[in-house]
Amino acid sequence: MIIAGVDMGSKFVKVVILKDGAIQGKATETTGFEPIEAASRCLHSAAEASGIKATSIEYITATGAGRKVAPGANSDITDVGAAAKGVARLHPPARTVLDIGAEEGRSIKIDANGKVVDFAVNEKCAAGAGAFAESMARALEVSLEEFGKLSLQSNKSIPMNAQCAVFAESEVVSLMHAQTPKQDISRAVHDAIASRIISMARRIGITQDLVLIGGLSYNPGFVDALNRGFEFKVHVPADAEYVGALGAAITAEERNR
Amino acid sequence: MTTNTAKEFWRWKEYNWHDSAVDPKSAEIITAGVDVGSVSSQAVVLLDGQLYAYASMRTGSNSPDSAIKAMNWALENTGLTIADLQFTVGTGYGRVNVPFANRAITEIACHARGGNFMYGPTVRTILDMGGQDCKAILCDENGKVTNFLMNDKCAAGTGRGMEVFADLLGVPIEEVGDLSLDVDEEPPPVSSTCVVFAKSEAASLLREGWSKKRVLASYCSAMAHRVVSLLQRIGVVKDFAITGGIAKNRGVVVRLEKELNIKAIQSKYDAQIAGALGAALFAKAMVEKQRKTVLQ
Repeated sequence: MIIAGVDMGSKFVKVVILKDGAIQGKATETTGFEPIEAASRCLHSAAEASGIKATSIEYITATGAGRKVAPGANSDITDVGAAAKGVARLHPPARTVLDIGAEEGRSIKIDANGKVVDFAVNEKCAAGAGAFAESMARALEVSLEEFGKLSLQSNKSIPMNAQCAVFAESEVVSLMHAQTPKQDISRAVHDAIASRIISMARRIGITQDLVLIGGLSYNPGFVDALNRGFEFKVHVPADAEYVGALGAAITAEERNR
Repeated sequence: MTTNTAKEFWRWKEYNWHDSAVDPKSAEIITAGVDVGSVSSQAVVLLDGQLYAYASMRTGSNSPDSAIKAMNWALENTGLTIADLQFTVGTGYGRVNVPFANRAITEIACHARGGNFMYGPTVRTILDMGGQDCKAILCDENGKVTNFLMNDKCAAGTGRGMEVFADLLGVPIEEVGDLSLDVDEEPPPVSSTCVVFAKSEAASLLREGWSKKRVLASYCSAMAHRVVSLLQRIGVVKDFAITGGIAKNRGVVVRLEKELNIKAIQSKYDAQIAGALGAALFAKAMVEKQRKTVLQ
């Protein structure tokens, strides 16, 4: 049976196609202002990558912010549910999932079947999200990519006093005036985000089989800060951006069993 | 760092004042208070307990310098220098870094004391809306603190948040309040709490065709709502007064009064000097106490 999972994110649409339980192909498209069109283009490119026709897709499950408007979807699942299922498939021992995006962070506790046991969300405060790193990179006048890497060159921990991303920006400016090296500032910022995320994760309990997904999983400075904060290594799957779509596809599979 | 040549809309006016009708040499007790805040610094000079001079300016990257600068500016053209101050109390975020201060007292105590002087002994609740924090203070008829609550963790509901918005919309910060009241219909408040997220929300509202005034109205109302929840947690007791920079933003004050259903009482004094004024009053009390001890 050929099925698809569509993750209708606010910035990108992702599609994963499964045939008899195995991944056949995947694709991503910018959401832009016409999410429905973007999703249908994305479904076609994923079908092409899988060597099938889009019309041969028998069942679609959608997830993500725009899951209710996904074209041709037969059912949908929440972001949290999809992330849990996707991670359980990619890394079966995982019991905690951290999904940290630009404006939202979630900590999800899952069981062996990828079922959600408990979760915590921060969507109110930029200090625990990727937006913090973005604004600090801007203050330091480096690209976001460079900003993440810079942190690895530092071995000095400077504590940030400010919790708020807006106040932290003034603090970063003072650090720059005090001639603090950029790499040390970068590490201070990543440590600050990590400490917010860790305290959110602690609220629901942490297990050592922890998987990090979401945009911040691509930031090596943040991953390093998390590893130091947790005092163990977090697992970052390859293709972390497709975890939600994969989880949706697995849901589709389960609903057709 | 590159220099920013763009107009800085957040930049509020710095000012100083002194009472030229009074001869400072005739005073028996000259005391001062310096409030070094995270965003602005104020210096106040009292002659025998009466307001004589003050200044308000932006806090620089170095608190001791900012304290000295503010005090020197307050004393400009008065014939007095820092050496003439008999007792100085430092307060605010940088209170331990005031080089010429004889003592440091918390800004909570100073705001209550200053508020009592500015608004009279009937004031029971003082809302201080500062640059990087917001405090709800309850006090008695002597200006002594009985309880307080504060938010210093988050930019929502602080002057810094308002500066960010003034800059985003390209509106001089002093005009934000009045412009925000110039709308036909009150829009719903910005839904994001976080200033960073509120910024992106405002940008998309502008893209949807909202006018700047409408976006400002929406933000002022969100800020008022946020502060009201702080006030409700502590319980507002009349008389109610507002100090700090945001007290000058009518857009926030009017909405806050409406939501609380209480009018804030007015004073002839500048709302931003309450902390430094309170510090200077404490300084005067200390000089008097010292004298008493010497005379005994």
